[in-house]
Amino acid sequence: MTSAEVLPAAEAPGIQLDSRPTKLVDHFALGLNAPICLTWELTYACNLACVHCLSSSGRRDPRELTTAECKAVIDEFERMQVFYINIGGGEPTVRPDFWELLDYSIDHHVCVKFSSNGIKLDAAAARRLAATDYVDVQISVDGASADVNDEVRGSGSFGTAIRAMENLAAAGFTGFKVSVVVTRQNAGQLDEFKAIADRYGAQLRLTRLRPSGRGADVWGEMHPTAQQQRELYQWLVANGEGVLTGDSFFHLSGLGDPLPGLNLCGAGRVVCLIDPIGDIYACPFAIHDEFLAGNVRSPGGFQTVWRESDLFASLRKPDGGGTCSSCSMFDACRGGCMAAKFFTGLPLDGPDPECVQGYGEAALAAVAAGSVPKPTGDHSHLGQVRGQPLGPVPIALVTRRPDRSCDEDPLAGFTAR
Amino acid sequence: MRRLLTIVGTRATNFDPERPYRLHRQAELRDEDFGALAYHFGTRRLSFLKAPILVDVVRALQDSASVHEAFERCAVPRPQRPALLQALAGLAASQMIELREGAES
Repeated sequence: MTSAEVLPAAEAPGIQLDSRPTKLVDHFALGLNAPICLTWELTYACNLACVHCLSSSGRRDPRELTTAECKAVIDEFERMQVFYINIGGGEPTVRPDFWELLDYSIDHHVCVKFSSNGIKLDAAAARRLAATDYVDVQISVDGASADVNDEVRGSGSFGTAIRAMENLAAAGFTGFKVSVVVTRQNAGQLDEFKAIADRYGAQLRLTRLRPSGRGADVWGEMHPTAQQQRELYQWLVANGEGVLTGDSFFHLSGLGDPLPGLNLCGAGRVVCLIDPIGDIYACPFAIHDEFLAGNVRSPGGFQTVWRESDLFASLRKPDGGGTCSSCSMFDACRGGCMAAKFFTGLPLDGPDPECVQGYGEAALAAVAAGSVPKPTGDHSHLGQVRGQPLGPVPIALVTRRPDRSCDEDPLAGFTAR
Repeated sequence: MRRLLTIVGTRATNFDPERPYRLHRQAELRDEDFGALAYHFGTRRLSFLKAPILVDVVRALQDSASVHEAFERCAVPRPQRPALLQALAGLAASQMIELREGAES
């Protein structure tokens, strides 16, 4: 028996599947009547400006779905029997109608797990959540200490997250999730993360850093080294079912026994993303026109897009495996993560950039400069982020040359005589 | 024998096919090409019912005095019954189906 969640970011709490390829997995590859792991980002607005934000969040989009439109989407979930959804953002709790939508969803038989940095989870909110059935909460931290966390998520964000955890624990909300993106900077803190989760009666959830959104800018400096990946794999094996992963480390399965989970890219098959303006993407890590299947506002709504979009149909076709198909590890990793490949400029039918066989590094070296696709949208804060020190986010990971000299100084190259 | 069910968190249980069962009050079925997907709102767990006949039997439990009676209603061929009993025991262990207390005479 294995315990597993079915997929990135979005997880199916406690789904258990055979880790071996089975007929069932083949059915999944062909798509289901409704997604198992649906992530719905309610807003691009966020009080933070995490350097690796997968959705480049910060500012609210004026085209955001209205409360009524959100309720219509929930009605559709109920009709389609989407049993639960993963709500994220942005910071979803900053939407003034967040609690109304949460209640509406639960009242319509759609369970909710939402991700938060904890900003709105005071004692009263924690009590309210503890008293609500069918809701789960996921608090994000990316360091087990304030110094490591705040470098990435912003000044004070560790304290905010810990306060939210204290409030949830004090309210009697057990089993909430502590969600961590594993990075080069925090990979040595796995035991400390586990200790934090244990301290608050929560469950640790580790997920993979993808080069999505602003993550593309920092992925090179933040993704774990090959040695860290091996240690992470061993740590996950040792901790087994006690730690959730959203099935996000299946690219490491070639290191030994498969990790619990589907070990299959679920994009468009069992997973999808609805973004704040209703756009439907194949996966939460693939916010790019290439993976845009449609919009919930279009005639036929979400159901028509899920069942009939050309993009999803093509993702559900059997996948030959491309250049990976001759690799002895192919059955274990299935070529890895589509989004990780796409946003590092690698071909989708080749190795994952973090391929455990090392094929990814070689492939990355061959990517032509300037050929890496950029995310389609960017809702990053334009100026100072409230509560944060003036100036750029206090992590300096990227030094880019201006594309053209005039980007730097309108008078560059001009010599006054 | 092909496995008919993939389930979560099994634990020891006293599944008795002589007694009346039903889909758990907190569980729902969603039809899929391979059979159905069952979700338990209380345990937040999913099960995959990998054979349409198993789905039919689970749905028939509600109106049957025993699991055996549900087999009869669904005209389950005898050779298939042992595999189905095993799958139903798994569903009982993961609380996807429950005893209909008070339905026994």
